Amino acid sequence: MKHSFPRHRIATALVALPLAIFCTAALLRAGRIAAAAAQPLAPVVTISNYSFQPTTLTVAKGATVTWVNKDGDVHTIKSSGGSEAFGSAALDSGDRFTFTFLHAGTYHYICSVHPYMHGMIVVR
Amino acid sequence: MSKPVDSSGVGRREAMKHLLWGGAGIVWTLAGGVPRPLRLGGAAQAGEMRAFTFGQISDSHIGFKAGTHPSAQDTLVQAAAKMSALKPDFVIHTGDVSHLSRAEQFATAADIMQSLKREVYYVPGEHDTIGDGGKLFFERFGHGQAGGGWYSFDDHGVHFVGLINVVKLTQSGLGYFGPEQLQWLDRDLRHRSASTPIVVFTHMPMWSIYPRWGWATEDSTPALAALRRFGSVTILNGHIHQVIQKVEGNMTYHTADSTAFPQPAPGVGPGPGPLQVPAEKLRTLLGIRCLDVVADRVTFEDSTLAS
Repeated sequence: MKHSFPRHRIATALVALPLAIFCTAALLRAGRIAAAAAQPLAPVVTISNYSFQPTTLTVAKGATVTWVNKDGDVHTIKSSGGSEAFGSAALDSGDRFTFTFLHAGTYHYICSVHPYMHGMIVVR
Repeated sequence: MSKPVDSSGVGRREAMKHLLWGGAGIVWTLAGGVPRPLRLGGAAQAGEMRAFTFGQISDSHIGFKAGTHPSAQDTLVQAAAKMSALKPDFVIHTGDVSHLSRAEQFATAADIMQSLKREVYYVPGEHDTIGDGGKLFFERFGHGQAGGGWYSFDDHGVHFVGLINVVKLTQSGLGYFGPEQLQWLDRDLRHRSASTPIVVFTHMPMWSIYPRWGWATEDSTPALAALRRFGSVTILNGHIHQVIQKVEGNMTYHTADSTAFPQPAPGVGPGPGPLQVPAEKLRTLLGIRCLDVVADRVTFEDSTLAS
């Protein structure tokens, strides 16, 4: 077999290469957007064995944080520092609570039934 | 075996063994601060000696549900029927009436407790004060004239004091009376003779059982100081869903079983959450208490819902 590139193939490659680069860039950009969107849309704090996990969660401004009580006991979410006050009713085992953080800042919270349970949301 | 958890070395499992041994219940006689276990059918049951009897129900947690666990409503109905059969003069409820501080849970509990057809004296648990500091609880069950919900009354020459240590928990999760209540307690006790038998009831323990799980009251020391001069002081609480006792001179401390679900022995396991037990064992870990008072002598009878 002769090692030669027919002219039309080179032409195809010349068109295909920038197209591929463009597409890859577009995909990357879309991926970045998807990743950026996925994180602030579904940040979750799990309540398990009398603790908030993760203890510190960082989210983007406008993010809605969901707390899920996976303990057998009752817990609450009660803000204990930060520019926005937030708080849940009693969360039974399996219950959820959501709150949307509109302003950047650091928000400390506790469980009012077990005040030694501490958590923090950092909004950027 | 569980490790000893109090001065008498009686852990939960040890107590359960005594329960089995006693058949229907465990009886503790308290005189001069020394507890003496008695078999049922012994002197403690001599009818003519009974000056009066009162009952203790605790931690009914109406609204609690978990898997195949019977509803807390059903077990409270059973506990109330058992209590009625013991014919106490009145009953105290040492808190966590509800599981989630919801109006309908308080209403259900009140309906069941009404079946006792006796006066019931309540203090709230931390599950009764979620979100509203106990507003709904006090509207329905409050006895307090003092503003904060704490109160006292006299019956058959015994002075009863209902204290509240769950409305403002400390940052480390311990119970807290607060200076206003402590000053009230001082005033309430000041003019009473040291020979007046005192019964204090509150939700969280007034001695340090396991502070990491919030099983203690931060400012109980001044309260105990105000009580110490009395010849007979009986301190009853709930919160930890198991029977543990401690004796300190003329002061005796007794935690109570729940009517809803058991909790682990102090410090055993990762946390104080509801103890998972086989269905057939559950009722052996739930119970009520009956207290006979003759002069300054208080006799305890703890019985489980299985007996």
